[in-house]
Amino acid sequence: MGLLSSRVSITRYKVEGKLSAPVIETVSGALKKNAIIEIDEDVSERSVGWTSFGNPFKPDFDGSSFSIGDHFIFSMRIDKKTISSKLIKKYCAIEMEKELSEKGQVYLSKNEKKLIKERVAKVLGLRIPATPNIYDLIWNYEESSLWFFSNLKSPNEELETLFSKSFKLTLIRLFPYTFGELMAGLSPTERDALSQLSPTKFAG
Amino acid sequence: MLDVAVSYNRFKFLGHEFLTWLWYSIENEPDILKNSENESVSLEIGNRIVLENRIGDSMETITIKGDDAGLEEGMLSLEKGAVVTELNLSYKEGDQEWNFTVKGESLSIANLKIPNSSQIELKEDIENAIIEKSFFYYKVIQLIDSLYGQFIHKRVSIDWNNTIRISLKRWIQQ
Repeated sequence: MGLLSSRVSITRYKVEGKLSAPVIETVSGALKKNAIIEIDEDVSERSVGWTSFGNPFKPDFDGSSFSIGDHFIFSMRIDKKTISSKLIKKYCAIEMEKELSEKGQVYLSKNEKKLIKERVAKVLGLRIPATPNIYDLIWNYEESSLWFFSNLKSPNEELETLFSKSFKLTLIRLFPYTFGELMAGLSPTERDALSQLSPTKFAG
Repeated sequence: MLDVAVSYNRFKFLGHEFLTWLWYSIENEPDILKNSENESVSLEIGNRIVLENRIGDSMETITIKGDDAGLEEGMLSLEKGAVVTELNLSYKEGDQEWNFTVKGESLSIANLKIPNSSQIELKEDIENAIIEKSFFYYKVIQLIDSLYGQFIHKRVSIDWNNTIRISLKRWIQQ
């Protein structure tokens, strides 16, 4: 579900730290450096990187193309190749048969079977295109807040890692405790009370 | 501040208590929207509530869904010790309506539907659409900030155990 979908899911973050000036150039540089790398003609099984909002298959972070007002808008793309185990099994059987016949052997050693499996996975990896998943985000730099348009665990974890690697800033996910600590305007005494809370029993 | 990973699990209960308090407040304390500048606002329970009841090592999950679903089963679950873990809400400002689900443990927003916004016909319309949609998303985020802010201030106050918990208990038992 992307930013412009009819229904969206949002996970909220607070961004800790500031970028070096000029900010737009810093963001542009970090996005370019960590842009998605195509793996369709590569043996890699997975690729994670930034891409342009609205043009996710042709990332372009030149100028301020990713900026609207006070907000940075771009997307994270996760490309993954999924090769079914049945497909690997089929081609391994074909390759083993071929190797046995070529070598005039009856059995293959454990190591030979392992090498065949690796070779098959590599060849299939080159033939099977990666499936892309795109997740949009809005980063309000002035307010140090970021909305990520997915509630899924794995993309959120990827986002936290990629963001930290790209911008050298920390994303703090806003959930009941961190919201109380960082966003609710609690006094030091109240924050202390927050960290000591235990569940309430409403029933009984 | 406590470690983020540790505090997520340790304080999940706060999100569940928030949603339980919110259900109670919607039914009993319409003043929870008092911070809104707009007079014609309303907040109602939507078409889905998920509750969880932990008894020892086992966990019971109760889901109530449907536009005309009665909430009696939910009240019964609360009476047995359950807490609300997901709550679908309908927020209205004049003739505009937002519908969304809040997940207690993460305070994340799911399945958010905003009022009708402009159609995108040309590439140039995208920027305006982003601005318009972001404005509508921001409304819900402001609402949650206000509601959770009210809750957490009450939760760390002495009033929580002295009066609020007792009011919730009475509401559950009535």
